[in-house]
Amino acid sequence: MYLAGTRAADQAAARATPESPDQPPVRRSKVLSRVPGTVLVLGIVSLVTDISAEMVTAILPLYLVFGLGLNPLQFGLLDGLYAGATAVLRLVGGHLADRWQRLKAIAGIGYGLSAVAKLGFLAAGSSVPAIGAVLAVDRAGKGIRTAPRDAIISLSTPPEDQGRAFGVHRTLDTIGAFLGPLVAAAILFLALNNYDAVFVTSFALATCAVLILLALAPNQHRRKTESNRPSIRESLNLLREASFRRCCVWAAALGLFTITDSFVYLALQRRWDLDTHFFPLLPIGTAGTFILLAIPLGRLGDRIGRWKVFIGGHLALVAALVLIFGPVGTWWLVLALHGAFYAATDGVLPAAAGPMLPEHLRATGLAVLQTGQALARMASAVTVGLLWTVWDVKPALLAITAALLVVTLAAAIRRPLEAIR
Amino acid sequence: MRRLISLAVGIAVLLGGAVAYVVSARNTGAATNAVPVVEDAALHLDRTDLFFRNLADGPDQGKLAAVPAADPGAARRVGELSCDRFAAARGTAICLRLQPAALPPLTDILVLDRNLSVIHEETLPGTPSRARVAPNGRIVNWTLFVSGDSYAASGFSTRTGMYNLDTDELTKTVEQLPIFIDGKRYFASDVNFWGITFDAAAERFYVTMASKGKTYLIDVDFAAYQGKAIAQNVECPSLSPDGRRIAYKQKIADGKWRLAVMELATGKISHPADDRLLDDQPVWKDDKTLIYPIRTPDGKTGIWSVGLTGPPKLLVDNATSPSLGGLQ
Repeated sequence: MYLAGTRAADQAAARATPESPDQPPVRRSKVLSRVPGTVLVLGIVSLVTDISAEMVTAILPLYLVFGLGLNPLQFGLLDGLYAGATAVLRLVGGHLADRWQRLKAIAGIGYGLSAVAKLGFLAAGSSVPAIGAVLAVDRAGKGIRTAPRDAIISLSTPPEDQGRAFGVHRTLDTIGAFLGPLVAAAILFLALNNYDAVFVTSFALATCAVLILLALAPNQHRRKTESNRPSIRESLNLLREASFRRCCVWAAALGLFTITDSFVYLALQRRWDLDTHFFPLLPIGTAGTFILLAIPLGRLGDRIGRWKVFIGGHLALVAALVLIFGPVGTWWLVLALHGAFYAATDGVLPAAAGPMLPEHLRATGLAVLQTGQALARMASAVTVGLLWTVWDVKPALLAITAALLVVTLAAAIRRPLEAIR
Repeated sequence: MRRLISLAVGIAVLLGGAVAYVVSARNTGAATNAVPVVEDAALHLDRTDLFFRNLADGPDQGKLAAVPAADPGAARRVGELSCDRFAAARGTAICLRLQPAALPPLTDILVLDRNLSVIHEETLPGTPSRARVAPNGRIVNWTLFVSGDSYAASGFSTRTGMYNLDTDELTKTVEQLPIFIDGKRYFASDVNFWGITFDAAAERFYVTMASKGKTYLIDVDFAAYQGKAIAQNVECPSLSPDGRRIAYKQKIADGKWRLAVMELATGKISHPADDRLLDDQPVWKDDKTLIYPIRTPDGKTGIWSVGLTGPPKLLVDNATSPSLGGLQ
């Protein structure tokens, strides 16, 4: 517990306590006026962390091949393993955060692990197992911090503003991802292609983010009673709650038919025969649209219902895929729809599910929801890859698009979230 | 308030430290060459020379260097040209050079004449991996590593292309090449090609294809532009000058390769007396001798030579990407 803090943080903390009524927010710019200070703090923490993370991602292949003379194919095999481990650690991070009632501490450990990993690259040298271990620590940190961080956002924000709050957080986060490669390029230029300088800068930024989190994000002022310390059994019981279970099931069902980004870009590149120079720039189109739309769509969700926006996002993805195979449309329209899909789903889902979870199980619940969705999307990537092999690109993507449309319409009709409203 | 001040101090120290590190990193290069180097040499494609990328510390690190193939211990001669990968054959050379500070990475592909003057240039996305010139000197080919972009999965892939000097035709990737495995057309979303080697007449080439965790040696009829898999676990093939054998890095486990030689007529595989980790496309010095770079556990890379029988020997220390000046 800390005593002094910023006004915004105090106020946000006050909001998190059920006893305190909604207070008029401090005056900030009009767009952000209803966003709690805690959310802005976490958004900035994510922004700085993402600059740090993406600068390493951007140079890693160069570093492995050029700095060390290694063969990157030696690392590719571990990718699937990491993705699975990250999903499991997200559950662990969420559960421990709730159990120990230490959301901020667990999030801080996650951010801290990733920061230390950046220096690990210097220590690992050119040893393949050591580099593998460093990558594992980095991703473990990411897995651990996600659920407690989202729980803090959720608990700091009144239920009616959740969409806007997550929209603001995800926008700041993506801006960081946008800036990362640019910062990395600038540092390589200034340091005359010295890769260690990028790792050191990345470590410094990641540590700054941890400091910002520790200094400015409030601890959660929750009543500490034994009954509020959830056991694993109680966490599992969350899924007995009909509305939350349906939310998880539908999110995972939609995830099963959500096409991975790389397949979308590959199909798009083939459809319009885009130059290979262009290929690495396609995600920028998606991220740019995401940055523009995440806040407006989050607010729209607050107003008309988040599940509607979530469903609308999946329809945007269906439309994007139909465009890829239709006679009309352009590649940038596809990217815009792809960005809209993420803007309507990424922050909207936790915004929708958060308020239906009890406060002392918020991190656990969000972890279960997002892990289910992530595992379903991994399964989808494998399925699409298999279909692509057996049927070739067009029938594979058409089949998965048709399936996505059917599930989306079913989810729209079932409206799992409206049931509890 | 105290908390805010500590935060500000903490951030200032961290960012100040990073800036100081970046500035100091500008001055880390050694001022003198660690090995004897003859600077400002006028290099040209001489068949008696062994070319390589100089890795020795000093101002000439990264430059293309040459020594007499018969006397590889002689002082290395360097000019102005820097190459990450280099290969030559019959009066034509290819030099791959990573563009500094380009993210996502871009590679300049330079086609050079006998005097190492640039006669054609392309820029493609990726980082340099392999380069070769067909024995007739009229087709250059390359492999670049292309990494997943920062927002997608972090998987790597390779892109192999070629340029025909006679027709001015650029093939950015051979990914569209129809492939037959066991007589059946093979389709997959995850195919990667790397390491082309042409035959003497440039009528066929061999290349590695990877898909679903397996690697295949593909034999390609260049005119018909289709290929068939003729062996597995063969990577970075290199066809001997007499066209009878393929030297390659043999995959023995994930991330582990060693030098091996296959008789094309019989498929018989033999192992030259060097079982260390090999991660490059070998070069034939003649029909019975191979040249290749080896990275030893101390992190240093040197160029080694081995006969089909007999022990390996070190030719040039602190060097990689070997090529003869035009024998093959």
